Amino acid sequence: MDKNSLKKDLIVFAAVVIFYALVQVFIQTGIIGPYYSLNLILMCINIMLAVSLNLINGFLGQFSIGHAGLMSVGAYTSAILTYYYDLPLVVALIVGALAACLAGLVVAIPTLRLKGDYLGIATLGFGEIIRVVFLTNETVGGAKGFFGIPKLTTWTWAFFLMVLTIIVIKNFIDSSYGRSCIAIREDEIAAEAMGINTTKYKILAFTIGAFFAGAAGALYAHNFYTIQPEQFNFMKSFDIMTMVVLGGQGSITGSIIGAIAVTVLNAALSSLAAMRMVFYSLLLIIMMLFRPQGLFGTTEFTLDQVLGRRGRLGKSAGNKASV
Amino acid sequence: MENLLEIKHLSKNFGGIEALKDVNITVEKGGLVGLIGPNGAGKTTIFNLLTGEYVPTSGSMIFDGRELTNHHPYQVTAFGIARTFQNIRLFSNLSVLDNVRIACHIHVKYGVFDSIIHGKRFVGGEKEIYEKSIELLRIFKLEDKKDELAKNLPYGEQRRLEITRALATNPKLLLLDEPAAGMNPQETEELMETIKFLRDKMGITIFLIEHDMHLVMGICEKIYVLDFGKVIAEGDPTAIQHDPKVIEAYLGTAYLEGGKVNA
Repeated sequence: MDKNSLKKDLIVFAAVVIFYALVQVFIQTGIIGPYYSLNLILMCINIMLAVSLNLINGFLGQFSIGHAGLMSVGAYTSAILTYYYDLPLVVALIVGALAACLAGLVVAIPTLRLKGDYLGIATLGFGEIIRVVFLTNETVGGAKGFFGIPKLTTWTWAFFLMVLTIIVIKNFIDSSYGRSCIAIREDEIAAEAMGINTTKYKILAFTIGAFFAGAAGALYAHNFYTIQPEQFNFMKSFDIMTMVVLGGQGSITGSIIGAIAVTVLNAALSSLAAMRMVFYSLLLIIMMLFRPQGLFGTTEFTLDQVLGRRGRLGKSAGNKASV
Repeated sequence: MENLLEIKHLSKNFGGIEALKDVNITVEKGGLVGLIGPNGAGKTTIFNLLTGEYVPTSGSMIFDGRELTNHHPYQVTAFGIARTFQNIRLFSNLSVLDNVRIACHIHVKYGVFDSIIHGKRFVGGEKEIYEKSIELLRIFKLEDKKDELAKNLPYGEQRRLEITRALATNPKLLLLDEPAAGMNPQETEELMETIKFLRDKMGITIFLIEHDMHLVMGICEKIYVLDFGKVIAEGDPTAIQHDPKVIEAYLGTAYLEGGKVNA
């Protein structure tokens, strides 16, 4: 890493810490009320979900719509651990994420041989199977939902896990392993001819994505006292996909912006109930007509751009400072 | 001289169609061997069998003392065979540099964990990949285009980038599938220089498919002619040019009998 990028890393790091501290102070002093802090936490969770799905959909180029299913595995696993066994959140988080990772592995091994639409359908099916499993299991409350989950998710947890997710996925993408995943997206036959074990890397990226979806699910479960299987249905997967498509498949900063936008819209339009989905669909149609690559396409929003020097992922993916 | 590649009694059927019948080809270490034949003769099929895209119906392919059958393409690349494609398969939306860096992945020196924490091993490994890629791009005069998207390069340079990318995997044997297709005469001349350079200066054995007879006759030391899935002739360029079977395959029997080709 050269000096310049170290400096940019420090600027970003400082900005992140200051942002965290400000919000934390506002929450403590009550300037940000419980409703808004709940939504801020939700925003962090959504960013984790969008960035991790983008790794699978945007960078690896595999069309997965079962992300809510992976999230629910993390949510239920962690909730069982804190509710029945009184374990601390950190343990529940790790175990929940690993459980989702394992579930991801089980889905990935047979289905990642499929391509495009077929993979989409297979992952959709997986998401539904998981949901029905929780729906029919009475130890986790069945259709009524799992009640009495301790509220352990705080702004601190949500914020720093979000930062961790972004750092890990960004670092992965910026490495030779990440480039291999992008190569698979660009041309699978050529990637294989370059010595890349495509199956292995698909599974690797899919399980990394699943891990963070599980962690996000664990945070989600401990944010509302209760979870229901219905919260992890196809519509939730669709929500996450909207964030990714809106921001641009193959852009981490795009996913962050997409997730923030959808969270804000969700909160603003909550009074419209079902009409909300009509609005989203319209938004997506307009997006596909006028900017099919999403807000950011595959480019990243970087400090260089703010300072007037254009950066582009794929041009020199090596030394990007933005987090 | 020692043989680098030995194809013995290789056959491949697609359903009821016999694409290749009992093909025998040997490529010596350091050789520059050409494979020619009319369209549909099965030339690319041989490449696809060698690289593990297809599984042969029968026969064997020994490369560097190792059987290639039943290995995946990525394993074949690891053994030391790299290829280019008939219809260029670059990562067209990625930069020229990234195209080459991706091919360097096969020799990456750090693990997934190193890449996530961006530690010392990552920095060192990335530097190595970068330097190797730039070195290769310099050799093939693409260095100043490293940040361009591959799809924006002129055709001849895309072909050259594909060869550069293949070389980043450190091959012992390079398979070139119609490298001169779509090139103008000047680009073809440059390509011939490049191929000679690869063999003479970099010590890479070359096995190529080509329709451009100027190129094939100009640089190949040994030529195999394939027609309807069978090797009908082999030998040096002069012998091939005067082989009646080859003339028949390309121009038809009428030509041999003294009639006019278009009669």
